[in-house]
Amino acid sequence: MSKVYMALQDNEEAHYLVEALEEDNPDATVDYQPAMIRIENEGHLVLKRETVEEKMGRDWDLQSLHVNLVTIGGNVDETDDEFTLSWN
Amino acid sequence: MAARKLNLKERYSLLTRDLDWEYSYRDKKEIFPYEEFEGIKITDWSKWEDPFRLTMDAYWKYQAEKEKKLYAIFDAFAQNNGQQNVTDARYINAIKVFLTGVSPLEYQAYSGYAHVGRQFSGVGARTACQMQSIDELRHVQTQVHAMSHYNKFFDGFQDFPHMHDRVWYLSVPKSFFDDARSAGPFEFMVAISFSFEYVLTNLLFVPFMSGAAYNGDMATVTFGFSAQSDEARHMTLGLEVIKFLLEQHPDNVPIVQRWIDKWFWRGTRLLAIVAMMMDYMLPNRVMSWKEAWEVYFEEAGGALFKDLARYGIEMPKYAATAIAEKEHISHQVWSIFYNYTHAAAFHTWMPDEKEMDWLSEKYPNSFDKHYRKRFEHWREMERAGERFYNPTLPMLCNTCQIPMGFTEMDDPTLTAYRQSVHKGERYNFCSDGCKDIFDHEPEKYVQSWLPVHQIYQGNCGGADIEKVLSEYYRINMGKDNMDFHGSPDEARWNEWHNLQSAEERLKKAG
Repeated sequence: MSKVYMALQDNEEAHYLVEALEEDNPDATVDYQPAMIRIENEGHLVLKRETVEEKMGRDWDLQSLHVNLVTIGGNVDETDDEFTLSWN
Repeated sequence: MAARKLNLKERYSLLTRDLDWEYSYRDKKEIFPYEEFEGIKITDWSKWEDPFRLTMDAYWKYQAEKEKKLYAIFDAFAQNNGQQNVTDARYINAIKVFLTGVSPLEYQAYSGYAHVGRQFSGVGARTACQMQSIDELRHVQTQVHAMSHYNKFFDGFQDFPHMHDRVWYLSVPKSFFDDARSAGPFEFMVAISFSFEYVLTNLLFVPFMSGAAYNGDMATVTFGFSAQSDEARHMTLGLEVIKFLLEQHPDNVPIVQRWIDKWFWRGTRLLAIVAMMMDYMLPNRVMSWKEAWEVYFEEAGGALFKDLARYGIEMPKYAATAIAEKEHISHQVWSIFYNYTHAAAFHTWMPDEKEMDWLSEKYPNSFDKHYRKRFEHWREMERAGERFYNPTLPMLCNTCQIPMGFTEMDDPTLTAYRQSVHKGERYNFCSDGCKDIFDHEPEKYVQSWLPVHQIYQGNCGGADIEKVLSEYYRINMGKDNMDFHGSPDEARWNEWHNLQSAEERLKKAG
């Protein structure tokens, strides 16, 4: 299986996203690089709105992910509740 | 009864697909004249699936948010004399290459997507191209804005659009995009959205920008990551285009494979300059070009092509050569620019001892064996007051337009040299990849505007090279060009930092 990945800007909002990613993808690896955070996982990575809202303690629109996203690798599927990366 | 809130898929459908209409009184082929000539067969545009499902209202909302964040940082950078806080003034030369070489490509991309967005009869593709077109215009504007601050303090930034159209090394990126924009709309999408955006741009916008941050360049990392946040969407479009074309008709597979082979190779040649920027122009180094290539091409690209294998798509034809070149490419390109810095609008230099050691460590298979001794020799010449500049004009590859300085990968001491004859004329190439591209479409590439040929033909202001550089290219001689050591950039930088230390001394005395 190949790895999917997501890189986020290293900022306050992204820290909550990373926390949520770590919780929902326990096998994912998180690599802090200058100004950015790279999260990768075998085959599949999911970001759940509900988990992010729990971490932030407020409502959060999944599409605002775009503001802090640096890059991705994998096929994207996006709904109101989940953003998923996967390889077939 | 209150209206139910629509979900993302429903909103996307209503705000894109529902904007289309049936053409009742004009022939569809007349409205979309470029959709068939490339041989691509589309049987059902409704199968187009945009995974981001971004609608125009959400697009404006999030783009506005990105811009607000970006300009807050530009303001802070300018107000706080950010230009004095980068690691070293040598670094600024990477930004000069960016403004003259890369930012005008963002403008070309804007124009290209506006054009192809008009040419597709499928509304999903049209909407995605429209957003990308606006993104690209935003990128060129934010980049020019960010770098205009450096223009106040450093040489070489002042005439970037003029230089982009004329200067010899800038014909490399310019001709790359001219090539894509003068292709058909589907080739443009495979070239730029897939081969360039998906497979290769990470190498520019991720590790290089992370490197900019590591060198204290807050303005550049911010526009870089802000642009790259759009790229994530562009990459997804690139992958969608490929999957859509391959699923529409089996006859599309060999056409798409040929375009992938071509544009992967064009893209790796274009990125050779980024290899040099990463290995030689970042005083604080995050990772080597070779390491970045391994993560973002070999690993990420490998996963991608494994995923596409189910359609019958293979790794790009010259991927093995490009992988072998990771050991050499940055050193060879830096050598070329070191040779010709007197004709460039940025400075080069020889790495210091510590930097050479870093290169030896990162390139154990190639640097000491093939490059270090040559570089030490050039450094000795400079110390003796005889800094080496190459006085002859180089032969250029007819496809990528880079001087013929690359070597064979099975013998890095031998310059790679390929030739084709077309209608009695000889054409020269740096590689099998570039020769293949010419041989497939010679009528297109015989038209290459090769800067060295143009100079020799007298089309760049005459026979006097000094005049070509100063008047036709508008390089400020003695300021924009030549070695960093002895440049006005270096003198200003030293002055700023001496002033700072004098203030420190005063404070301590007080």
